[in-house]
Amino acid sequence: MAFLQVEDIHKSFGQEEVLKGISFGLEKGEVLSIIGSSGGGKTTLLRSLNQLIIPDKGVIKVNDEIVFDASEGKLSESMLRDRRLHFGLVFQQFNLFPQYNVKRNLTLAAELLCKERGKAAGKSAEEIKKEIKQLDAKAYALLVKVGLENKITAYPGELSGGQQQRVAIARALMLSPDILCFDEPTSALDPELTGEVLKVIGSLKSSESTMVIVTHEMEFARKVSDKVIFMADGVIEEMGTPAEIFDDPKSAKLQNFLNKSQNLGIDDMESGFNAREWAKVAQDGEECLKDNELIRF
Amino acid sequence: MSFLEVTVNLLDGFKTSLFIFFITLLGALPLGLIIAFGSMSKVKIIRTITRTFVWIIRGTPLMLQIILIFYGPGLIFHTNGLGRLPAVLVAFIINYAAYFSEIYRGGIESIAQGQYEAGQVLGMTKTQIFFKVVLLQVIKRIIPPMGNEIITLVKDTSLARVVSVTELLKAAQDIVGLKAIIWPIFYIGAFYLLFTGLLTILFRFIEKKLDYYKG
Ligand SMILES: Nc1ncnc2c1ncn2[C@@H]1O[C@H](COP(=O)(O)OP(=O)(O)OP(=O)(O)O)[C@@H](O)[C@H]1O
Ligand SMILES: [Mg+2]
Repeated sequence: MAFLQVEDIHKSFGQEEVLKGISFGLEKGEVLSIIGSSGGGKTTLLRSLNQLIIPDKGVIKVNDEIVFDASEGKLSESMLRDRRLHFGLVFQQFNLFPQYNVKRNLTLAAELLCKERGKAAGKSAEEIKKEIKQLDAKAYALLVKVGLENKITAYPGELSGGQQQRVAIARALMLSPDILCFDEPTSALDPELTGEVLKVIGSLKSSESTMVIVTHEMEFARKVSDKVIFMADGVIEEMGTPAEIFDDPKSAKLQNFLNKSQNLGIDDMESGFNAREWAKVAQDGEECLKDNELIRF
Repeated sequence: MSFLEVTVNLLDGFKTSLFIFFITLLGALPLGLIIAFGSMSKVKIIRTITRTFVWIIRGTPLMLQIILIFYGPGLIFHTNGLGRLPAVLVAFIINYAAYFSEIYRGGIESIAQGQYEAGQVLGMTKTQIFFKVVLLQVIKRIIPPMGNEIITLVKDTSLARVVSVTELLKAAQDIVGLKAIIWPIFYIGAFYLLFTGLLTILFRFIEKKLDYYKG
């Protein structure tokens, strides 16, 4: 059984069935890219994984543990929160908390969780305090990882879009999710800023980190993915290795889609770096992770 | 009548004005929040009722509401009803709660859905999201309209005189009528200006405090 197992997910909004039975598996440490044209249901699928949307039907398992099962009905809030934490999500619009500085954006949720869990486990105030101290160290390590340790006291409004998104990535990593999801992480950015964010995402690739990335950056998807899903009209139209999807597309829909995105030039040119750079980025990422136990997720 | 005597008389009226002002805030600030949640309720009937209520209160003059609340019970039910000052307080609290509720609602609805969602995917509870993420952002956005409304309240306290509550304006009118001197009516302008001036400074201070971040 795969590390992430998604089985027959259905979701309708009113009369419109947006997800029509989505199933796939993903191994630990793998990167899955989801591509497809607008309205195909990519965002709905990601939001279903994070249970911001509750699917009508289907099962999601992580590491053989059920994190979603439509037949269970409505869960209590605390149960839902626990299960949600298997996943992290980086939004298109960053969604940083504007009133907190970078450091607080990273530590806020982690600290609340730490207190809550510590109390539940009957830990002393001293112990909890120590754990919270460690969170600061973790936040710092993650900011180093995304290259923003010098912005630790800045407010989101003082950062560029690319920097904000890197903070958002670090924030998602604070809770060490089993699987980190990205919904078009560079779509809200000026073209010249997409590169820095894609580089950071690429550098996260390691045997420990499992990622699901919805993206329109085809070259990026090709380089970092182990698996690619092409979604259209609520179904997985095609699934395979990057080579299979990009070099040998089977369905007419996928061929069409790839042609179009090539013509639009959503490609190497915009993300601004090539395969060699990618290989280096991935390597750096591995080393960075080896260096620092804390930031493994 | 000497300046000092007039001042003492007027201060007495001003005390009543201030009393109306603070009690109204005390009642209307929380009541407005309840009404705001009502008008955003997922239950349609609750939403409809609260929104109709707000429409009626905001759509009719406060003076009319004061008169109705003071005289209404006696005329309709032949009971004694509320005293003058309590009737004024009830009318003010209801009226201002309706206005505040719309400001709260605007503030809460202006917060991007993404802020809630970010909190959710970070494992925060609904309560934590409201208090740690949303609340300060809402406060920052509602401070300017709240400032306006609260300054209007200072001046609206003068409406209490329609049911013969001796607030600042009526205190001055009484002197004018009794002593045949006109200047006290101008003099009270200074009271209002002083008080609204202080409030303006206070609100500017709060705005400045919240200026440390953008958005
Ligand atoms: N909350 C919602 N209520 C109603 N309809 C929705 C909702 N969310 C999504 N939809 C509809 O579901 C369909 C799929 O939307 P989704 O956002 O998942 O597509 P997408 O593949 O992410 O598209 P894009 O590439 O434009 O982001 C669309 O037709 C959209 O209008
Ligand atoms: Mg989308």
